[in-house]
Amino acid sequence: MVNEVIIQTIDLNCCFEKNCVLKSLNIDVYKNEILGVIGPANSGKSTFLRALNRLNYLDPSYSQTGEIIFEGKDIGILPDSILRRKIGIVFAMPQVLPVSIFNNVAYGPKVHDVKDKNRLEEIVETSLQKAHLWEEVKDRLDMPAMKLSGGQQQRLCLARTLAVEPDIILYDEPCSGLDPISTAKVEDTMQQLKENYTQILVTNNTKQAARVSGRCAFFLMGDLVEIDDTDTLFTNPRDGRTNDYITGRFG
Amino acid sequence: MSRKIREFGVEGCIKLSGLLVIIFVILIFLLLLKESLSLFGVYPFKDFLTGTKWLPVSDPPKFGIVPLLLGSIYVTVGAIVICVPLGVASAMFIAEVAPAGFKHILKSLIEILASIPSVVLGFIGIVWLGPFLKTTFHLSTGMCGLTGSLLLAYMALPTIISISEDAIVSVPKSYKEAAFGLGATRWQTLWRIILPAASSGIIASIMLGIGRVIGETMVVLMVTGNSPIIPHTLLQPLRTLTATIAGEMGETVSGSDHYYALFATGLILFIITFLINLIADIYLQRTKK
Repeated sequence: MVNEVIIQTIDLNCCFEKNCVLKSLNIDVYKNEILGVIGPANSGKSTFLRALNRLNYLDPSYSQTGEIIFEGKDIGILPDSILRRKIGIVFAMPQVLPVSIFNNVAYGPKVHDVKDKNRLEEIVETSLQKAHLWEEVKDRLDMPAMKLSGGQQQRLCLARTLAVEPDIILYDEPCSGLDPISTAKVEDTMQQLKENYTQILVTNNTKQAARVSGRCAFFLMGDLVEIDDTDTLFTNPRDGRTNDYITGRFG
Repeated sequence: MSRKIREFGVEGCIKLSGLLVIIFVILIFLLLLKESLSLFGVYPFKDFLTGTKWLPVSDPPKFGIVPLLLGSIYVTVGAIVICVPLGVASAMFIAEVAPAGFKHILKSLIEILASIPSVVLGFIGIVWLGPFLKTTFHLSTGMCGLTGSLLLAYMALPTIISISEDAIVSVPKSYKEAAFGLGATRWQTLWRIILPAASSGIIASIMLGIGRVIGETMVVLMVTGNSPIIPHTLLQPLRTLTATIAGEMGETVSGSDHYYALFATGLILFIITFLINLIADIYLQRTKK
């Protein structure tokens, strides 16, 4: 099976001040796959995600060496705003903005200069549909988004990310605050998005990675210990540390 | 047992302090009202409120408050127009743009700015700002509304900057990350996410700024020219409610009509500031929901 590589990191080192949380990371991400990233806290999972769309640079003490190649080019040549449109992110806690449901979703297209009202309405509807939220909110799009439940908020954030038409969606522990039913809905959505999007899922929940991802990577203390097909990684890991982690012996 | 007594004592003291504040406000209002009513017994309230001439020592005296009211409004609006954009922009700069070291310097400078006594600002207005405006705009005198507005704007700036800055800084970091994550630029994030989220604090700062400006006495007494006529532009000399009370109280005979008229002026001022605070409060409550 030939897989097209959409993102590749070469010797990526990510440091906050003198403390390097990712060390010479080499990882390939294939187009239209769901890549699960698991590992204990402080293993560098989130830093890896945030390196991909340069969100790490919001912290002034951050520095990075090595290369990140996106569609054959170093991400350094893209302006932040374009890069972050193409590589969207959904955060751990639903970060809804203090405006209406409609404006939450329309915010992204608006900052990227979509001004036509009909076009905005269309984008909002399709994005909410893709995130499986449309049926629940279509009659109350003017309601403050803060009033939605946690699971709805998280799907709203996903819709907001989809509204700017990214190529890649990063999830940073998207279900950590959600109940099992909401979690199932979000996971369902991810499966359906597989056709058109590349997705990277960072999660503390190894079972979730096993359920959702096609391939899975195990990070430990800033190192990529192992990356393989999810089935192989969970049934027959090559590295003893992976085995210990997925069987719950530490972490 | 002794613990219970102490609890009771502390609770009582707190209750009493809270009540005292309210009682004092009510007493002040009643005093103003009582003294004002003494005027309205001999001078009709309607003439006081709509009269266009303030001639307290002519015969018969005229106590028309309109020129003073307009004087206060002109100077206040002028000051607000100048200091709100400047103050909010400075707050945005300090909170979001300035590098850490520079930020500390700016913040302490603004605190120093707040501690300049108003009489010193008035002095600067008389010896420097007034003459400067006079030559710049070819005026007959530099002691005019604009001089007052500029100095009052300067006085309201620290209030507006520090409270707005607090409001901007306290916007949750997650809003910023969400906006950046969608590819918004720094300016787009600041303008469309952070400012609206901080708007209640910013409006509060503006209201407090207005309160500061409308109640300020010394600067306007010194630099606005003190002529109680209806102003047509800010470039004319005018007189505010506050300057009238401060300037004339010393010359009046206690118990005279003029004396009571000044109390009535104070009552109007009290009502204005009360209304401003009320509006601010209503607005803050609404944005909180």
